[in-house]
Amino acid sequence: MAILEAKGLEAWYGPARALHGVDFEVEDGGVTAVLGANGAGKTTILRALSGLIRRTGDIRFRGRPIGALATEDVARLGIAHVPDGRGTFVDLTVEENLRLGAYVRADRQSVRADFDRMFGLFPRLAERRRQQAGTLSGGEQQMLAIARALLMRPSLLMLDEPSFGLAPLVVAEIFRALGDINRDEGVSLLIVEQNASLALDLADHAVLIETGRVALSGPSQMIRADDAVRRAYLGY
Amino acid sequence: MRCAAPISATSEGALKRLAEFLHQLASGLALGGVYAIMALALVMIYQATHLINFAQGEMAMFSTYFAWKLMDLGEPYWFAFFATVIASFIGGVVIERLVVRPFANAPILASVIVFIGLSLIFNSLAGWLYGFSVTSFDSPFNGRPWFGAGYISAHEAGAVVVTLCVLALVYAFFRLTPLGLAMRAAAQNPVSSRLVGIRVGWMLAIGWGLAAAIGSVAGMMAAPIVYLDPNMMGGVLLYAFAGAVLGGIDNPFGAVFGGIAVGVLGNLIGAYVVGDEVKLSVALAIIIAVLVWRPSGLFGRRLVARV
Amino acid sequence: MADADGALGALVAIAVGILALAFPFAASGYHIYQGAQVLILAVALLGLNLLTGFNGQISLGHGAFFAIGSYGAAILMVKFGFPYWAAIPLASVVCFIAGFLFGFPALRFGGLYLALATFALAVATPQILSYKGFDALTGGSQGLTLAKPGVPFGIALTPDQWLYLVCLACAAALYWAARNLVRGRIGRALVAIRDQPIAAETMGINAALYKTTCFGVSALYAGVAGGLSTLAVGFVSPESFGLALSLAFLVGIVVGGLASLGGALFGALFIEFVPNIADQLTVSFGDGAKALPGAIYGALLILVMAAMPTGVAGAARAAARALTPSRQPKVETGGVNVAVNYEGKEKSP
Repeated sequence: MAILEAKGLEAWYGPARALHGVDFEVEDGGVTAVLGANGAGKTTILRALSGLIRRTGDIRFRGRPIGALATEDVARLGIAHVPDGRGTFVDLTVEENLRLGAYVRADRQSVRADFDRMFGLFPRLAERRRQQAGTLSGGEQQMLAIARALLMRPSLLMLDEPSFGLAPLVVAEIFRALGDINRDEGVSLLIVEQNASLALDLADHAVLIETGRVALSGPSQMIRADDAVRRAYLGY
Repeated sequence: MRCAAPISATSEGALKRLAEFLHQLASGLALGGVYAIMALALVMIYQATHLINFAQGEMAMFSTYFAWKLMDLGEPYWFAFFATVIASFIGGVVIERLVVRPFANAPILASVIVFIGLSLIFNSLAGWLYGFSVTSFDSPFNGRPWFGAGYISAHEAGAVVVTLCVLALVYAFFRLTPLGLAMRAAAQNPVSSRLVGIRVGWMLAIGWGLAAAIGSVAGMMAAPIVYLDPNMMGGVLLYAFAGAVLGGIDNPFGAVFGGIAVGVLGNLIGAYVVGDEVKLSVALAIIIAVLVWRPSGLFGRRLVARV
Repeated sequence: MADADGALGALVAIAVGILALAFPFAASGYHIYQGAQVLILAVALLGLNLLTGFNGQISLGHGAFFAIGSYGAAILMVKFGFPYWAAIPLASVVCFIAGFLFGFPALRFGGLYLALATFALAVATPQILSYKGFDALTGGSQGLTLAKPGVPFGIALTPDQWLYLVCLACAAALYWAARNLVRGRIGRALVAIRDQPIAAETMGINAALYKTTCFGVSALYAGVAGGLSTLAVGFVSPESFGLALSLAFLVGIVVGGLASLGGALFGALFIEFVPNIADQLTVSFGDGAKALPGAIYGALLILVMAAMPTGVAGAARAAARALTPSRQPKVETGGVNVAVNYEGKEKSP
């Protein structure tokens, strides 16, 4: 059962078309990686799904079409999007950033419990609760962005280049956390990554994007074994 | 002020001058409070939209007339006050949705023109509905015995108190409530706000509503001082602009400080330096001086132009 | 230049010219006066349009420069005995300098802050004019009165007609100058600075010089208009130069068409006659009708921005194009697509 399906997804930045009919899906409870070079259109896919840019095509979330919804309505359905650049509210405190993640939720008790869980998952955030989010390091901001997204209790978490600009140890920590979240809570993941090896380790499915089109898609084992992918994206 | 020994002529003169100074200071504070509220309204809209609401003054004037009309119909002051604040809030929301929203992505000139258009409409609407002659506006504070009567009128003191209440409420709203947090977020980072499910469009509308509401308070506090007529808020708006620019158009604390500073400075300069009749020019001078030497204001953020 | 190109445009210009010349001989005294007012306003609108329409610098305070020209000419004529044909040019030069000087701090502000500063200027102007310290020159809140200029060399014209023709000559000359300015290299530079300021700089355009000079020129136009207005009206007083005047100018260029020189005439006709019509309506509808001009101005500002960003002139051009489909589509450099060409601010998606 796919939690998210996209068929014939096209997207535009103003008059320029950036996606030319992309098809892919994310399994319920699964992890799908979107790979490709810079400028291939990976980020564009997430933006299109969130409704941040003009898009057409058949996009379904749990079978329900969402292609005409505004960004905030897509988010309220349970799709959390961690954008490239983290999208942190830099002038607000860590605590306020997290509270915004829980903004649409009404269940006070479980929100409080979730807060504790987030601080458990990312202890560094607990230390910096009252700090201004803009003063956090890149890794901490990434953790903050993910924690904020998780506080939305999403069914689908979309991440745009979570490893970008971060030290390997930090990246490993983050991907470990993502794995935990997927396994323990059944949150489906759609991860756009330039670091193909890292993404393929975590994902069960992968889609390779080249100039706005799907070049290859299938189980991550298959993608990993593909010669062209190996040479171009895995470096051996 | 009672002394046992006789006071010499010079110290009596000095006391008089001190009393006069305190009086100017105090009424400057009262006026400054009005300017501070208007400046705050301007900053609220600027933070959310990067636009300066040139119609803020006329909207406040129109609200004040609304209050006046209610009292004219026999309603007690505080009923009229709160009814006006609520009506102004609703009015602000409606204006944002109907008039401001369609121009959300228009260039700056278009927005400026639209705001000027709004101000013209409010001005003439007030003139049409209520006439163009100057009217008096009651203050709820006058007529009561007041111990500071020598230095500051009861209304001015009341205005200061009301100002402080408004500022405190606004601060509490934005810092402590979830809606206030969401509005701050929407102003700072609309994209990320949408991604957490905040309806940014409505946040803007509420922001306008709030600005209109506090503007109406400013108008009602100003009216007993400057008298009610359709053009009453032109000067007030200019002082509010000066205050907002001085404090930093993107900083609410700065705007409040700036408004109060302009009120006090304006009074003092008007009383002791150049005379009351040129206070508007002082405001103009402040605006130009600040924009030339420190465009971000005393407390605003330094802006960098992106190429 | 999207102003009045091609055969149709030339025809229109000639027709307008003939009408304008014939007008004072066909109309009566008061109407001639109104005609002169229209020309005066048109000159002021030309100036404002150069600055705001073509160069993208928003001025809500052009009434102040109009006032400088008006008062300047009045003071020179009343207090120093200058003849009008010397007083007006002199006052205009003062305006140019004032505008040029104001242009320097204006460089530091962005579009919105310039609007704010000029708004402040407009609000403060009446107060500055009635400042007691200047009373000796300005006549304080009473202002100054002067007689209408006599007709020279005993030409067989009434003073009204003569005045009108003087205004017409000035308006025609200034229009012609503006047109050449806009069509040439300078005009293109101004538009480039408006649309892509940083790119313009990298192409070697000295934006600062162009912008301050443009401010000066635009103030000069307002000054000429002010001086002529002094002649036409016969007196100056502080109240006539308040915010309302500056806003009326804004309405004029918006309704006439931003960055459209021909539109200045439409705009001038509009702001001259709407208050007039409203005044006449007060007879039938009582004092409330006094509110009509403001309401109409306001509503039109919003509606024009929404529906007709290029104003009446732009709509007329569009209609003309629609009627002559065989014409090659032209890229309008002078006309403004307000939605696209103005320096945009960053907007959230």
